[in-house]
Amino acid sequence: MENIGDSVIRKEALEKVTGKAKYTHDERTKGMFYAKKVISPYAHAKMTAKDTSEARKVKGVRAVITGENLPLIGEEVRDRPPIATDKVRYHGEVVALVVADTPEVAKRAANLIHVSYQPLPTVQSPSHAIEANAPLVHENVAEYEKDEGIEPIPKSNISNHTKIRKGDIEKGWRESEVTVDESFSFSPSDHTAMETRSAKAEIKANGSVVIDTSSQAPFMVKKLMNDYFGIEVGKVIVNTPLVGGGYGGKASVQQEILAYIASKAVGGRQVEVFYSREEDMITAPCHIGLDAKVKLGATKEGTLKVAEIVYLFDGGAYSDKAIHLSRAGAVDCTGPYKIDHVKCDSYSVYTNHPYPAPYRGFSHSEVLFAFERTMDILAKKLHIDPLQLREKNAILPGHTTPTQVRLNRSTIGHVPKCIEKVKKLINWDEGELVEVNDRIVRAKGVSCLWKTSTIPTDSTSGAILTFNEDGTVNLMSGVVEIGTATKTVLAQMVADRLRIDVRDVHVRMKVDTQTTPEHWKTVASRGTFMAGRAALAAADDALTQLKKIASTILRARVDDLDVGNGRVFLREEPSVGLEFKDIAYGYTYPNGNAIGGQIIGRGNYILRHLTELDPETGKGNPGPEWSVGAQAIEVEFDRRDYTYKMLRAASVIDVGKVLNEKSARGQVTGAMSMGLAFGGRETFVFDEQARVLNPRLRTYRPIHYGEHPEYIVEFVETPHIDAPYGARGAGEQGLLGMPAALGNALSTAVGVPLRQLPLTPELIWRTKEGIGE
Amino acid sequence: MIPFDFDYYKPSSVEEAVRLFESLRQQGKQPMYFSGGTEIITFGRLDYLYTNAVIDIKGISKCQMMTFKGENLYLGAAVSLSEIEEANLFPLLTKTSSEVADHTARTKVTLGGNICGKIFYREAVLPFLVSESEVVIASREGEETRPILDVFQKSLQLEEGECLVQLVTNKKMIEAANISIKRRRQWDTGYPVITVVGIKVDGQLRVAISGLCSFPFRAKEMEPFLNDTKRPLEERVSLAIRHVPAEVLHDSEASSDYRMFVLKNTLLDVFEGLEMEEVR
Amino acid sequence: MTKVAVTLNVNGEESEVLIRPADTLLDVLRENLGLTGSKPGCLNGDCGACTVIVGKKPMKSCLMLAIEAVDQNVTTIEGLTDATVQRAFVEHFAFQCGYCTPGFIMNVHSLKENHPEADGETIKSWMDSNICRCTGYEEIEAAVKSVLYGGQEHHKR
Repeated sequence: MENIGDSVIRKEALEKVTGKAKYTHDERTKGMFYAKKVISPYAHAKMTAKDTSEARKVKGVRAVITGENLPLIGEEVRDRPPIATDKVRYHGEVVALVVADTPEVAKRAANLIHVSYQPLPTVQSPSHAIEANAPLVHENVAEYEKDEGIEPIPKSNISNHTKIRKGDIEKGWRESEVTVDESFSFSPSDHTAMETRSAKAEIKANGSVVIDTSSQAPFMVKKLMNDYFGIEVGKVIVNTPLVGGGYGGKASVQQEILAYIASKAVGGRQVEVFYSREEDMITAPCHIGLDAKVKLGATKEGTLKVAEIVYLFDGGAYSDKAIHLSRAGAVDCTGPYKIDHVKCDSYSVYTNHPYPAPYRGFSHSEVLFAFERTMDILAKKLHIDPLQLREKNAILPGHTTPTQVRLNRSTIGHVPKCIEKVKKLINWDEGELVEVNDRIVRAKGVSCLWKTSTIPTDSTSGAILTFNEDGTVNLMSGVVEIGTATKTVLAQMVADRLRIDVRDVHVRMKVDTQTTPEHWKTVASRGTFMAGRAALAAADDALTQLKKIASTILRARVDDLDVGNGRVFLREEPSVGLEFKDIAYGYTYPNGNAIGGQIIGRGNYILRHLTELDPETGKGNPGPEWSVGAQAIEVEFDRRDYTYKMLRAASVIDVGKVLNEKSARGQVTGAMSMGLAFGGRETFVFDEQARVLNPRLRTYRPIHYGEHPEYIVEFVETPHIDAPYGARGAGEQGLLGMPAALGNALSTAVGVPLRQLPLTPELIWRTKEGIGE
Repeated sequence: MIPFDFDYYKPSSVEEAVRLFESLRQQGKQPMYFSGGTEIITFGRLDYLYTNAVIDIKGISKCQMMTFKGENLYLGAAVSLSEIEEANLFPLLTKTSSEVADHTARTKVTLGGNICGKIFYREAVLPFLVSESEVVIASREGEETRPILDVFQKSLQLEEGECLVQLVTNKKMIEAANISIKRRRQWDTGYPVITVVGIKVDGQLRVAISGLCSFPFRAKEMEPFLNDTKRPLEERVSLAIRHVPAEVLHDSEASSDYRMFVLKNTLLDVFEGLEMEEVR
Repeated sequence: MTKVAVTLNVNGEESEVLIRPADTLLDVLRENLGLTGSKPGCLNGDCGACTVIVGKKPMKSCLMLAIEAVDQNVTTIEGLTDATVQRAFVEHFAFQCGYCTPGFIMNVHSLKENHPEADGETIKSWMDSNICRCTGYEEIEAAVKSVLYGGQEHHKR
């Protein structure tokens, strides 16, 4: 029998290798209609006319929608028209939808819609956005309906400002003997899940809205359909089958809204909205960009005293998740270090770029790139080994975070242990820079990481276990199977708690918000924690019921009973007992009398003791725990060509407890790969009018086979006491320090500080040679 | 998904293909020759091109030819790049084409399609430009064999209805010391920042380049400087790169000044690589 | 719109389908034949998620017209049953979300059929036709190498 920690093969493995696994776009119904988007070729323009007459004449066209009379939407600020009506604010924004019998007809008709644009000056970066004479992306930002605590600055491009004020910043500077003041920036990029987004919507006769969507947040769709359109929550039914990758990008709600609008326009008939790769990259929310300034002060011996930080997050054309992202960047604005005096101003800023969705790590890899690069620059100035500087200042139980949470042995992982291990794994003592020949050097770079999950304080997760007649169980959880194998890990937990074989736990993969208990969103590495607690509670609930019925039949006290191998038995005399299968569906006495009924275990979990942040100081408890790690990379750099190969990348992550060894390793190496792609190659390339020049996989290139380094992964296990088996998040951490480590390695290799991403040979050449753009 | 409809024809001879084109034209259609068809399919989806009749030339045996006849190698326009690589009759072409797109795509992309494509890198033409091959072109008047250097100017200069049938390359050129170097924006995937192909014939270096300008070219203006053996290598390269025949590209793959930096180093590598070839 | 009736041989079965000549093989496999194992990832030949085998060669089914496949044998992921490649992908944890998996498996299967002794260079050259966004390729590399030359890793990377 397999145990917790073992590499149990994922439950849906055979479906996935046979092509039988179904994703949203794989399910079709006869008579379904298809919607095609018309998208803006401009990043900022007034629309003076939309001529749809030709499109409407095409045979097979059922509706043409131009977006009038729709509510403004958006998660924290209602600033976004679902279909742009007066002006467009980003390249790729939807300006019309055509609904037709076939995708071909819809596309042909969409091509016949003529929109007249009057281009406007564009906002090209967050730094540009806050200049006094910058064009305004939204003219009346203060007038939008918004959540409490959001404070847009009127007549500006700033949608929100999060302040972190810890300690006494002046004192910090007075105590500092060595200071650095550094700036960093990178443009938005993309998640590029291999499955592009799609959704289908249908409105039933009773007003129920049924949505099938490729989403990480089906329960959020339910909530937002109520918020935006006033549909009763009970009448919104959202189905999500397997999802072909998300990485945060599918936690935003967009395709569902378009599908609903399209269905409504054709009398509630089912309509599919499918995103082409190009639309998935630029129309759908992207990965956030950042302009950062980090000032650090330390004593001569290298004790960090003060951090003063400004983060300008590229919020793109609409707020949606941008404000939350900028807040998360403030919460963990430093690396995992003890710093008594911290000031951070984190802004969410409108630009004419695609607007951001969460991206694996939720602002942490972005902020860490700036902060951990600065740590290396400080180490050089101090003439201290960069790993030693990190070790010396590592945050520990008893210290406080930037939002002034006092950490304990459960709420923070073990930073020094991670540093110590990574040091060995990357052979740090060999030296940061090794000359191979007159052209080639090998260089190493490191980064530490930490992350908490700034999720709503009242996020919940639920699980249901129903028993089958043969004593096996069915597990239902609201976690979406996006590839992380979370549902398999949940099955491992249930099997462990019920002491049955994991093969006897059947997992329902599809989420249906009407019958599946809610799991807030499948994001933030919170699946194993929250859904795990819920699943264990459900297992305990089932055990109580099993023991209760067994106690009647066995005529024994409940607390004299134990379970194992699919039986309830007397602790003192295990041979006396009942098999689950004899009681899971009620027990029938020899004379036909029956008692009990199907065992249904239920469990839920809600986060404890989280608070909102104080608007003036940022003080507050943003998340349940901080997971930590240390990462390193070794590159081989060609000093003539400025090209490089990634040789080896190492991660030591404190995951609390490894629940499924191979899955955990896969999460870490996959995240590392994504982080290296973000650090080394991926970015949207914008032209001078803020249009994306590379919205396809031929020109926007994720890492391909053979470009990857050798991966070295080790785990540290410092339990998070609240979590099942002590496990911490593992889905995001492997990404967080990689861009910074790569930046540090290459800065060492080339001998000048690199401050931008992605780290292409051209960027390095330009920086080293001092050649402007 | 291609939004427009077209008729599909698959002739079995060059004459039939050319005649078909002509008659479709006369019916007011907009026919296109279709070889691998990858560009018609992908650009059609994006509405970058339109046709209502495609003439698939893959059923024409002349276009599928891949053989030596006497001193010459005949390569049909409809031979896929992966077939060319596997047969490896023209090692320089193998090296160059095996860097185009990816392996699976190259089972579909054809030699003629790459050379006649709208995507301007057309790297498969480079070995033919340095080898001074000949092209067989079919038209209403029949087939004609012409020097590639006359016909290929930025792109293959075909009249409407003309069809590239074959490329003919002399054995001596195929056996010449050669090198093909592709430099990308980052790592091993993607379009070239530049691709340089070189061969050494009778002691003289010939070079063809893609990615530097908005078309591939034989670097005739640069070659005299590269071959000026009286000067040191670095100087030859420095002089040569002043004679790039057109504006240097500046796009999302690379800036123009970076391209020039890469060009210089790549030319040095061409010399180094060819010397090693000769020693071998 | 003029549709034409053609016969396709997919996974050893002949099916008559009514198609537009402009339909790609991927469209027809999914829409007409219900074979949704081949995935649309880019419709541009860039990602490999729609890879099938035509004749003996891997083919991006979004880069081929269905009408071009007449008289050829097409094999999709649904046509493989318990192939060693499928088992290797499961055993090596060579996928996460699974969306790129059918395409990868078809490409590896074709590689195995064409070059059972493929070296590291050949493997790389074939495998970089497909994108996997979830894994770091380590598990895929292990799975691929386990089905070539009897799983012995005596090659260089």
